[in-house]
Amino acid sequence: MLNSIRLQNVVRRLSIHTVLLAGSLIMVIPLLWTLSTSLKTPQQIAIWPPEWIPNPVKWSNYIEVFGAAPVTLWIRNSLVIVVANVLGSVVTCSLVAYGFARMRFPGRDALFILLLSTLMMPYIVRLIPLYVFYSQIGWLNTFLPVTVPQLLARNPFFIFLLRQFFRGIPFELSDAARIDGCGEFGIWWRIIMPLSKPALAAVAIFAFRDAWDNFLAPLIYLAGAPHLRPLAVGLYTLRGGGGQLPDTNYLMALSTLMVIPMLIMFAIGQRYFIRGVTLSGIKG
Amino acid sequence: MTAQSAGMGRAALARPRPRIRARDLLGFVFIAPWLVSFLLFDLMPIVSGFYHSFTNWNALGIADFVGWANYREALTRDPLFWVSVNRTLYFIAGSVPLGIFAAFTLALLLNANIRGTGFYRTVYYLPSVVPTVAAVIVWIFIFETRRGILNFGLELLGLPTIQWLSDPNWAMPALIIMSLWTIGAAMIIFLAGLQGIPQELYEAAEVDGANGPQRLFGITVPLMTPTIFFNLIMGLVAAFQAFNNAFIMTAGGPRNATLLYMLHLYNNAFRYFRMGYASALAVMLFIVVFGITILVYRSSDRWVYYS
Repeated sequence: MLNSIRLQNVVRRLSIHTVLLAGSLIMVIPLLWTLSTSLKTPQQIAIWPPEWIPNPVKWSNYIEVFGAAPVTLWIRNSLVIVVANVLGSVVTCSLVAYGFARMRFPGRDALFILLLSTLMMPYIVRLIPLYVFYSQIGWLNTFLPVTVPQLLARNPFFIFLLRQFFRGIPFELSDAARIDGCGEFGIWWRIIMPLSKPALAAVAIFAFRDAWDNFLAPLIYLAGAPHLRPLAVGLYTLRGGGGQLPDTNYLMALSTLMVIPMLIMFAIGQRYFIRGVTLSGIKG
Repeated sequence: MTAQSAGMGRAALARPRPRIRARDLLGFVFIAPWLVSFLLFDLMPIVSGFYHSFTNWNALGIADFVGWANYREALTRDPLFWVSVNRTLYFIAGSVPLGIFAAFTLALLLNANIRGTGFYRTVYYLPSVVPTVAAVIVWIFIFETRRGILNFGLELLGLPTIQWLSDPNWAMPALIIMSLWTIGAAMIIFLAGLQGIPQELYEAAEVDGANGPQRLFGITVPLMTPTIFFNLIMGLVAAFQAFNNAFIMTAGGPRNATLLYMLHLYNNAFRYFRMGYASALAVMLFIVVFGITILVYRSSDRWVYYS
């Protein structure tokens, strides 16, 4: 009796692991396949059935791709956008979150509900009017449309995430600082910010991801400025028409290069990622 | 969000109206960046978008008021409008239920008290950190007819190969398959929900002799409805606005098989520069997305369990 229960348990565990491992393979194969293809010559790519481990390994794809396209320029542009987004989000979203979390003023709660409601607003209704607005004030084909909004606390989710965290910090700390003559900005900068490193790290990571990943906004707002293209748009322009990829080995090398910073961020900040995603579900 | 927000709203109303003091103003200074961005990047575009949907505005800035003409054109004269509606509904019907089912099943398996949960969670979330354009480029190669590994897999299984991206019947299934690759975020949200279910409930059910399926449908699923509901809304809202994958992978083709609503809108706005007409398309999508969110919310008290 006892044995059969134990056996049942083992079978149950084994079948769960089998399903999960099979699923893991499906998740990972596209990435491994990309890596493998990025290390092949076009001739090796054409081999059928495909080889998983290229022989010989063509590391030079990763150098040659910089000559095949203005990759250095694209990466530089992406970094400009990323830095503005990360710094802007961390500083301005935390300011706003401090206001909503730890200050009292008339209409605060109503304004916060308004802020949350913009989370559910389709981005599409903003896209065309903003395009025309930017063209009228001469911002089209400059970095301004993809950086300035982020300097103005553009992300309601970041504000929500930081506000939740700020509210958990004991209010006695602020009161003590106030007695010592510290103003609200001092409390925000010298007490709340240093205590909120995990939440700020989560915001920084998500801001990095969003900026590195952003495609539609630069595609539209920087359409006439090829020299300002970020990596995402640059990689897109390399993809030829008709479903066939030109120089697949370079494309895969560049795709891998674009994935690597995200993998590093994920490896370092995985718990912030997971916590942030979990929190995005709690607000529901 | 609603319950909490409504509660906050009521609390704010009940409180006696305070006098505005210097310290209150300081609060507005703190939220000023968001106030400015709300006015500039939320309110202004929405008002201007609604207004321009009633004009024949083009990129040159010429705009005459044309009443409902744009809406009439979309609903009665633009054949691609209904094609794009049809394609979008197909995409939603394929990707949203499948995605929620797969994410929920994975979360259940990960929550089954096995070893390696952290490892699996990392692996399943991994595709979600891959930048969109890189991911689509990779999947274009996977779907290639002659060199793609998907057809290689079909060949290994002795199945006929498929012209995924050039066959109008298969391009949409290809998009749906790709969308399932990034269910990691939904899975993590489900997993957090599952871990919040009190263990005593299962113990009590076991004492009462409930078997696995009974525990699943008697405890887990009812208690998880708020999370399912959240993922459903987010999935629907995202699917209605899906753009990047179809735009990069197939650009709406072949023969408009993947012409999602957003692609039709993009073409009108940024290829033909028919901004007025595209604004009308945007307003209609906005109303549909908003309507669905409210509808799902309204219906939720009938099937969502809040403790």
